[in-house]
Amino acid sequence: MRDVILEARDLTRHFTLGGGLFEPKTKVRAVDGVSLTVNRGETFAIVGESGCGKSTLARLMMRLDRPTSGQVLFNGQEVQDLARRDMAPLRRDMQFVFQDPFSSLNPRMTVGKLVGEPLEVHAPELDADTRREKVAALLAQVGLLPDHANRYPHEFSGGQRQRIGIARALASGPRLLIGDEPVSALDVSVQAQVVNLLNDLKQDLDLTLVIIAHDLAVIRHMSDRIAVMYLGQVVESGPADQVFDAPRHPYTHALLSAIPEPEPGRVHNQLTLKGEMPSPSNPPAGCRFHTRCPFAQDNCRTHTPLLDAADTDHQVACHHWKTIPEAGKPAPPRRRSVGAEERFALYRAALQTTQASATHREETS
Amino acid sequence: MQGSEARSDTESTNPILQLHQFSLRFRGHPEPAVDGLNLSVSAGETLCIVGESGCGKSVSAMALMGLLPQDIIDIPNGQMDFEGHRYDLRSDGLDASTRGDRMAMIFQEPMTSLNPAFRIGDQIAEAVLHHRNCTRTEATESALQMLRRVGIPAPQQRLREYPHQLSGGMRQRVMIAMALINNPSFLIADEPTTALDVTIQAQILDLIRELQSETGMGTLFITHDLGVVAEIATNVAVMYGGQIVESGPVGAVFDDPQHPYTIGLMSSVPRMSGSRDRLITVPGTVPSLADMPQGCRFRTRCPFATDNCAARPALSDVGPDHAVACHYAPLEQQDEVRCAM
Repeated sequence: MRDVILEARDLTRHFTLGGGLFEPKTKVRAVDGVSLTVNRGETFAIVGESGCGKSTLARLMMRLDRPTSGQVLFNGQEVQDLARRDMAPLRRDMQFVFQDPFSSLNPRMTVGKLVGEPLEVHAPELDADTRREKVAALLAQVGLLPDHANRYPHEFSGGQRQRIGIARALASGPRLLIGDEPVSALDVSVQAQVVNLLNDLKQDLDLTLVIIAHDLAVIRHMSDRIAVMYLGQVVESGPADQVFDAPRHPYTHALLSAIPEPEPGRVHNQLTLKGEMPSPSNPPAGCRFHTRCPFAQDNCRTHTPLLDAADTDHQVACHHWKTIPEAGKPAPPRRRSVGAEERFALYRAALQTTQASATHREETS
Repeated sequence: MQGSEARSDTESTNPILQLHQFSLRFRGHPEPAVDGLNLSVSAGETLCIVGESGCGKSVSAMALMGLLPQDIIDIPNGQMDFEGHRYDLRSDGLDASTRGDRMAMIFQEPMTSLNPAFRIGDQIAEAVLHHRNCTRTEATESALQMLRRVGIPAPQQRLREYPHQLSGGMRQRVMIAMALINNPSFLIADEPTTALDVTIQAQILDLIRELQSETGMGTLFITHDLGVVAEIATNVAVMYGGQIVESGPVGAVFDDPQHPYTIGLMSSVPRMSGSRDRLITVPGTVPSLADMPQGCRFRTRCPFATDNCAARPALSDVGPDHAVACHYAPLEQQDEVRCAM
């Protein structure tokens, strides 16, 4: 029996736009009938391009926004019915990591105050000294130094700020962390550090992670299961390995094959999409992807496909997934020259040595 | 052949643009933000400058185009050869009649680079009117043709629309149309696909490649995405802290990377196939300009750094046109490096 921590049941969120004097009202179907389950202890990723509704979905699951219809269950409890005063445990157990580490931290608060603030709310019984100790421990956990607590956000780089945001999210001792594009504002080398940090924290603290992202390579590295969204709906979901190695929905295939790989001359099994995603205020009838789908047939224009089980736990919403050509497993990365492979190994080894000696220095000091 | 140039052209092709010993300082900062840059781009080639934020890649491009005001920057050194004309960048940058005509630029964020108050057609036509002696009707006609060339559907109607009515991908196509309308021989593209979704990015990269093979223009392409580099580059220059640390033909740099920073950068990139093991990173962060170390600027983050690295390593050849600025290249042949393990 799977242990479900978070569940969305047929969630929809429609926004109404316009309605001015001369403007007719339009309804934007940002999230339109999404159901999914997140198991305890896994990393679940929601991917899709801008405008597919992934951030709205995250906000609904966090109860930062209320659905037009449908339910969100956290630990089996419906969250939208909770009264404001009953929300404290929910807020404690479920925390958010934001995309932009520059605008999500109050510039006038020290790091110590920023990280200590959730403690004041969720653990008011702690005295100032214990709280300071706890803050120092949290900072250490995300790879910052205790004396960083006295500094202000502007003194830190993007990667360090994202670490501060993570420490702040961890302060209340959450069970579930939802990250909306937690690494996409960071440089590649720093992004890798934060990806590693999130993976470590998940292991050490037994967390469940829900990651919203558009960078599929990062997702592949982090997640156990993924859901691919297009125009407010889930088009494919399943274990990350299966979806990445054998995507069954043509949109997933196109999305995966559009990612440029750092390997010159690599042959892509590319499925190039024509045109752009239609507006969610006026989604196409039938399968929403049919306007861009190279395999679309008549029934795609009229009938909406439902999620169909392609394999255990692997679902796809396409009428023709059985008959369209399979994407095929991507070729493994090409090996570099002999010298280069040796250099990469040396680099890896050297990093381990320097890191080990750094930890040693820290422990002895 | 000098090892200090990012080039791979055979002797027969003449570079369209060459940059010699270009340095740049921000006023009020003694440390140069760009330090001794040499670049060379030939017709039909794409030179990718890759590096993380703050490495000086964008500011160099802006300075080449003459887009940075003299009161914030100071160029102590640098010459540019472009279309047989030598520019002394210390005193005079690109003149206004060349900019936007022979050399054009596209930017990362098409929304902020287009004027929201003017129609698309007028903005594109303006570029023609500014540089050519023609009537408004002629200019609009060539704007229409250009929109068609960059693959904008219903171009006649789009001419009369405003930037906010277009999607991000369409806006970037408009930017490209505007840049290429005067048939420049050189294009600078500063992260043109970073703000776009991957499926749209693939379309725009295809478009740039296609237009380039039609016109034979040289391109300087700035990006932080190694995947994009692999797709579009002929040559690569990896920058760190305002200096080129490694440069060469794209195949050589990706197949045989030599500089520890290049190696670290490539290890940090998660891949779409193969192992999903823990990512190997570059430890630490880029130091600020004021804290930039003397000598090799990467040495504070380099796991192989020794006292020798306090002296600046020169870019020297490790293969045909492939140059690297590291005292210990190639790493696997250095006893010192091996023994330290």
